[in-house]
Amino acid sequence: MIYAGLFYVATFVLVAGLAYKIFDYSRTPAPLKIPTTPAPTTRPGVVYRMGKEVVLFESLFKSNKWIWLFGWLFHMGLFLVLARHLRYFTEPVWFWVDIVQPFGKYASLMMVAGLAGLLARRFLVDRVRYISTPSDYLMLLLLLGIGLSGMMMTFVVHTDIVALKAFFMGLIYFDTQPLPQDPVLLVHLALVALLMLIFPLSKLLHAPGVFFSPTRNQADNPREHRHVAAWAARLDQNS
Amino acid sequence: MAAPEFDIPEIKDDIEVPKLREGVMSHVKSFPAARPIQEFLGYPGELGDDWKERALGKMGDLLGKYRSLKVFLDACVHCGACTDKCHYYLGTSDPKNMPVARQELMRQVYRRYFTVAGKVFPGLVGAKELTRETLDAWYNYYYQCSECRRCSVFCPYGIDTAEITMAGREILNHVGIGQKYTNEILGKVIKIGNNLGLPGPALADTLEGLEEDMEADTGVPVKMPLDVKGAEVLLITPSADFFSEPHVESLIGYAKVFHAAGISWTLSSHASEAGNFGLFEANYEMMRKVAMRIRDAALELGVKRIVVGECGHAWRVAYSFWNTLTGIGYGGNDPFSIELQKQLDPSYPQPQHICELTNDLIKQGKIKVDPSANDDLVVTFHDSCNVARASRMGTEPGGQFDIPRELIRAVVNNFHDMADGTIREATFCCGGGGGLLTDDLMEVRVKGALPRATALNNVVKESQVNFLALICAICKAQFTKVLPKYGFDMSMVGGVHQLVSKAIKLD
Repeated sequence: MIYAGLFYVATFVLVAGLAYKIFDYSRTPAPLKIPTTPAPTTRPGVVYRMGKEVVLFESLFKSNKWIWLFGWLFHMGLFLVLARHLRYFTEPVWFWVDIVQPFGKYASLMMVAGLAGLLARRFLVDRVRYISTPSDYLMLLLLLGIGLSGMMMTFVVHTDIVALKAFFMGLIYFDTQPLPQDPVLLVHLALVALLMLIFPLSKLLHAPGVFFSPTRNQADNPREHRHVAAWAARLDQNS
Repeated sequence: MAAPEFDIPEIKDDIEVPKLREGVMSHVKSFPAARPIQEFLGYPGELGDDWKERALGKMGDLLGKYRSLKVFLDACVHCGACTDKCHYYLGTSDPKNMPVARQELMRQVYRRYFTVAGKVFPGLVGAKELTRETLDAWYNYYYQCSECRRCSVFCPYGIDTAEITMAGREILNHVGIGQKYTNEILGKVIKIGNNLGLPGPALADTLEGLEEDMEADTGVPVKMPLDVKGAEVLLITPSADFFSEPHVESLIGYAKVFHAAGISWTLSSHASEAGNFGLFEANYEMMRKVAMRIRDAALELGVKRIVVGECGHAWRVAYSFWNTLTGIGYGGNDPFSIELQKQLDPSYPQPQHICELTNDLIKQGKIKVDPSANDDLVVTFHDSCNVARASRMGTEPGGQFDIPRELIRAVVNNFHDMADGTIREATFCCGGGGGLLTDDLMEVRVKGALPRATALNNVVKESQVNFLALICAICKAQFTKVLPKYGFDMSMVGGVHQLVSKAIKLD
C-alpha cells in the first residue's frame, strides 16, 4: 500500500512537474535569433538537426568521444530498458514491446557500463571532478542502483512478475493489488520512485530542455523573417 | 596604471589541455566604470545597500524575458564536454575559465533563489547565497569571457556561455558595477555616433585625407563619400577603419570595390559605427538604441542597400539582430518595418556583408582582380568567432566560412588553412572580443590568444604563411598587439579587403 501511494505521488510530481516546466519554457520568449551557426535555414532542417542531437548526441560526439560513448551507451540502454518495461503496463502487450524484450534485457549492460564510465570520469578527470557537485555523484549512483537491482532480477533472482504486473495494472485502473514483498524489487521500485520525484526538480531537466534550447531549435533566417518577441515589439511602437 | 607583469605562455607543437590551477586568474579585474558614465547609461553610479535585491530582481526579470537563460541554467548536467573548449581556460588553466564553471557562478545563485532543490538542499546541488564575493567573482570572470560561443558548439544542449556572461554583466550594471571600457564606448557611440568618439567634421577630414592618399597612390580619384543623400549603398563599418592600422587598409579596399563596380555609396556621420557594444552586456534596449542610428541614417539618406564592413560582433548584430531590433531586413508586416522595407532593394540581402558583395562582383566579372599582386604573401584566414558561430553569409549554411575563403583565393595565389579544429565553427577567438579589448585585461588577452597563436605557428612553420587575413576590427587590433608577444611580426596581420585593395584593377 505504501508503494501504491508512493507511485501515485511520484507519477503526479513527474507529470505535473514536467508539464509545468514545459509550459514555463514555452511561455518564456526568445527575443533574439541565436542559433549556433552554421544552422539550418528551414523548419524541417531544424527538426533534422534536433533529431541528430537527441538520437546521436551529435554535438557531444564533436566534443569528446569518451563522454559521448558513455553517455550514449547509458541513454540508449535506458531507452531500450524502458521500452522493455512497457510490458508491465500494457495488456495485451504491444507487439513491438515483445520484439524489444531480448534487446532490452541486455541493454541493461550498456546502461550500467555507460553509468560506470560517467562515474569514473567524475573521479578521474580533474576538470570534471572540479565541476561535480554531490548531487552529480548521487544521481549516477541512483541510476546505477536502479540498473543493478533491475539486472539482479533479470539475471539472478527472479521476482514474481505476474504479481508485479497485476500490481501496476491495478494502479492504472485504481484497483490496488498486492506487491510481491521481494527485497530487491522493493529497492528497485523505491529508487525508481525517487528518480521520478527528483526529475522535474533537477538537472534531469536537460531532457525537455534540449528541445527548447534556442541555439539548437531556431532556424537561421533572420534576414528573411522578422523575429520579434511580444515584450520587444512594444518598443517599436514608441519610436 | 600599468597592468601587472605576467609570463607569456610558450607555444607548443599542439594545443594542450592544461591541468587546472585554481585561482590563477582571480587577480585580473578590468577597471570599473566611473559614476558619470554609469549614470549616463541609466545605471546606478555605485553599489548601493540594496544591491542584493536589485541583483536578484534583475535576474528574475531576465529569466522571464530570455528563454535561453532559463533553459541554460536548468539543463547543464556537468558532463564536462565544454571544459577544454574555452581559449581562456586553455591559455590560463584557471578552472573558472572553463565554460561550465563560469556558468556555475550564476547557476549556483539561480538554484538558491529560483529552484525548489536549491532552496531545500542547497549543499547537495551546489546552490550558494549571493554574496559580495560571488558578485566580485562575476565581475572577474564575466570579463574573462569573450562571448565567442565556442562552448555552445560542443555542448550537447547547446548551452551558450555567452548568454550567461551577458546576463551576468547586465545584472552587474544594474547594481552599479559596470566595466569602464565597454561603458565608455557605449557612451561615445550614443553621444557622438561611433566608438572612437570621432565627430562628423573630423571624420570628413579623415576621409578627404584618405582620398588624397589613394589618388596619389593609384592615380585614380577613388572617393569616400560622406552623408550623400540618394546614394545606392550605405556602408556601415567599424570606426576603427577610419583611423587604425591595419584597419584603414580595408576601408581603402571597400572604396576601391565600390569605385571599380560603379556603385554609388556613402558613409554616414550619424551612424559611423558598425560595432555595437550593447551586445556584450545583453541589454536589449541599449543594443537597440545603438542600432537605431543606422535605421535612422538609412531612412534619412534614402539608400537602397545597407552593407557592413569587416567587423565580427557587428556582423552578428547586423545579420542576426538588426531585423529584430530596427527592421533592417525583410519579412516584417508591421508599419515600423514596412517603412524601411519599401525603401530597400529586394534583389539584395539586407544587410549585406562586404565580403558577400565583393565576392559576388568578382564572380560576375563586374570587377577585375590580379591575384599575382599579392604573390609576396602566403595567406591564412582566421574565422572570427561571431561571424563563424553567430551569423551567415550567402544563402547556404557555412557560407560565412566559404565566402571569405573564396574571396581570398580570388585575390591571392598562396592560401593555406590552419588545422581542423581551429577554424570554421571550431575557430578560436582572437582573445580580445566581447569587451575585453582593453589594456587592463592584457594578461587575459595574451593568454587567451595562445590557441590561435599555436595554430598560426604551425602554418607559419609548415607553409611559410606570412599573412593572417581577418574580417574583424577587434581581431585586427588584438592580433596587432598580442601576436608580437609570441614573436610574430605585427605587419603579418591585416584585413581581407587589404588583400582585395592590392589585387583590384582600377580604371
